[in-house]
Amino acid sequence: MPGKVTSMHDAVAEIVRDGDTVAIEGFTHLIGFSAGHEIVRQRKRDLVLARMTPDVIYDQMIAGGVARKLIFSWLGNPGVGGLNAIRRRIEPAGLVGERPLEIEEYSHFGMVARYTAGATNLPFMPLRSYFETDLPKANPLIRPIKSPYSDEVVYAVPPLNPDVSIIHAQRADANGNTQIWGLLGCQKEAAFAAERVIIVVEELVDESVIRADPNRTVIPGLIVDAVVVEPYGAHPSYVQGGYDRDNRFYLEWDPISRDEDKVQAWLREWVYDLPDRAAYIEKLGAERLASLQPGSAPSGSVDYGSYR
Amino acid sequence: MSDLPFTKNEMMIVAAARELARAHVCFVGVGLPNIAVNLAKLTVAPDLELVYEAGVFGARPARLPLSIGDPTIVTGATAVVSMFELFGYYLQRGLIDVGFLGAAQIDKFGNINTTVIGDYNAPKTRLPGSGGACEIAINAREVFVIMRQSLRSFVNEIDFRTSPGNLGGAEQSEAIRKAGGWHGRGPTVVVTDLGIWHFDETGEMRLDFLHPGATLEDVRATIAWEPKISPDLGTTPAPTADELRLVREELDPEGVYTK
Repeated sequence: MPGKVTSMHDAVAEIVRDGDTVAIEGFTHLIGFSAGHEIVRQRKRDLVLARMTPDVIYDQMIAGGVARKLIFSWLGNPGVGGLNAIRRRIEPAGLVGERPLEIEEYSHFGMVARYTAGATNLPFMPLRSYFETDLPKANPLIRPIKSPYSDEVVYAVPPLNPDVSIIHAQRADANGNTQIWGLLGCQKEAAFAAERVIIVVEELVDESVIRADPNRTVIPGLIVDAVVVEPYGAHPSYVQGGYDRDNRFYLEWDPISRDEDKVQAWLREWVYDLPDRAAYIEKLGAERLASLQPGSAPSGSVDYGSYR
Repeated sequence: MSDLPFTKNEMMIVAAARELARAHVCFVGVGLPNIAVNLAKLTVAPDLELVYEAGVFGARPARLPLSIGDPTIVTGATAVVSMFELFGYYLQRGLIDVGFLGAAQIDKFGNINTTVIGDYNAPKTRLPGSGGACEIAINAREVFVIMRQSLRSFVNEIDFRTSPGNLGGAEQSEAIRKAGGWHGRGPTVVVTDLGIWHFDETGEMRLDFLHPGATLEDVRATIAWEPKISPDLGTTPAPTADELRLVREELDPEGVYTK
């Protein structure tokens, strides 16, 4: 199965360039940790990182020095607390680095609308949000717009077209036809909006598996540049039906992230000093992974019919 | 309250859950709203449809979700949709009865800050930001708020308006909401660790119930403005044994929310 299948090292080396706008999407589910770590390992620089919920992965990447700017809508460690490495680069007291991280902030719907405008080649997307809030003052790219059909005023956000979108998924074929189940977030919109797309999957499957269930295809190989096969590549986030969120890690990150030295030590131990995801998984250990195994809840199957 | 057989946080969660008895479709926010809504589903509102911004309608979580994107909200749900559909078709379309939010700061008209403490460009504390809260406050038919009372959180002037409440008062809020085509009529309930607040005809918070063990002195000591107190001030019924069992044994056995 050659197709577009490549290693994470080669995909990131060839497709992610210094200064790029990079979106690693996946709302709590299917977060591309292995891709994020490879970007840190290759010491990419001056990236504009976009993501609705920066999550622990962007806390780690920004601590790794890859980014100059962050575009986001909710900045937290979900269910745990704050993203402390990022906060240290925003809050003037105790600032790490020479200048603060640049930020561009929206609401969730605003971020989704930006990717949707980008994916559909529109100059803006209107939405009924932001009225009477301070968000348009904080971010002048959020602008009021009058309807061409009435006196109604709504708000508009500009398209977001990442240079690279990286999407983690359950499975794809060698051409990048990608299927996802569980939370879909805005991965489809982020992929269609991007100039280049890297797909990272738990499992590489034959094209016939994709064709047997076409309703489940979220991203067509048509827009995919590289397919990377990395089981457990979303750890410590989760894969529906595959492995649960490793909540112990999310809890442990909180005290680590409060101390810049501990963050840098963590990056050395788990990113810089390891060659790849396989080594990370081996270091994590089979017992830890086994503890994340969910029970079974298969879907029923549908009959698409045969029409000759 | 230390002599009572429940904590202030347990009382707050139970009181918030009971407020959902009249709701049908509820948009569940991160943190305290998550446990309150899940308790309501197990008690006063078994038919409640739980909507999660991650893209789930009709969730049937088998455990308390660790976050609002937990895999347990997917398995057994009525529908899993993209976030564009969730925010567009479900929320902006006007299908959400109650949006349930938390807050770092709130003012007497129920305007909410979850963005920064201090100046936006040089914040003292950077908070998570809007997430979906801004559009929930505008498009959910009504908004419930759950948060602990303190002088730092119940303030005269919030540092940043992330989610609009009753703006500068009921009259202004109604006019602006109507003109803007918002589906939401704004905040209707604020449940705290000390009592239950509703909003009076001027759009200002009014204390209608004090929780058992809490006093008006406690309330005044944890709020920056002179609060309106209902002339018919009641006492919130204490948590029942069943409510406490559900919170302690099923929803939050590790006491993440209730300690």
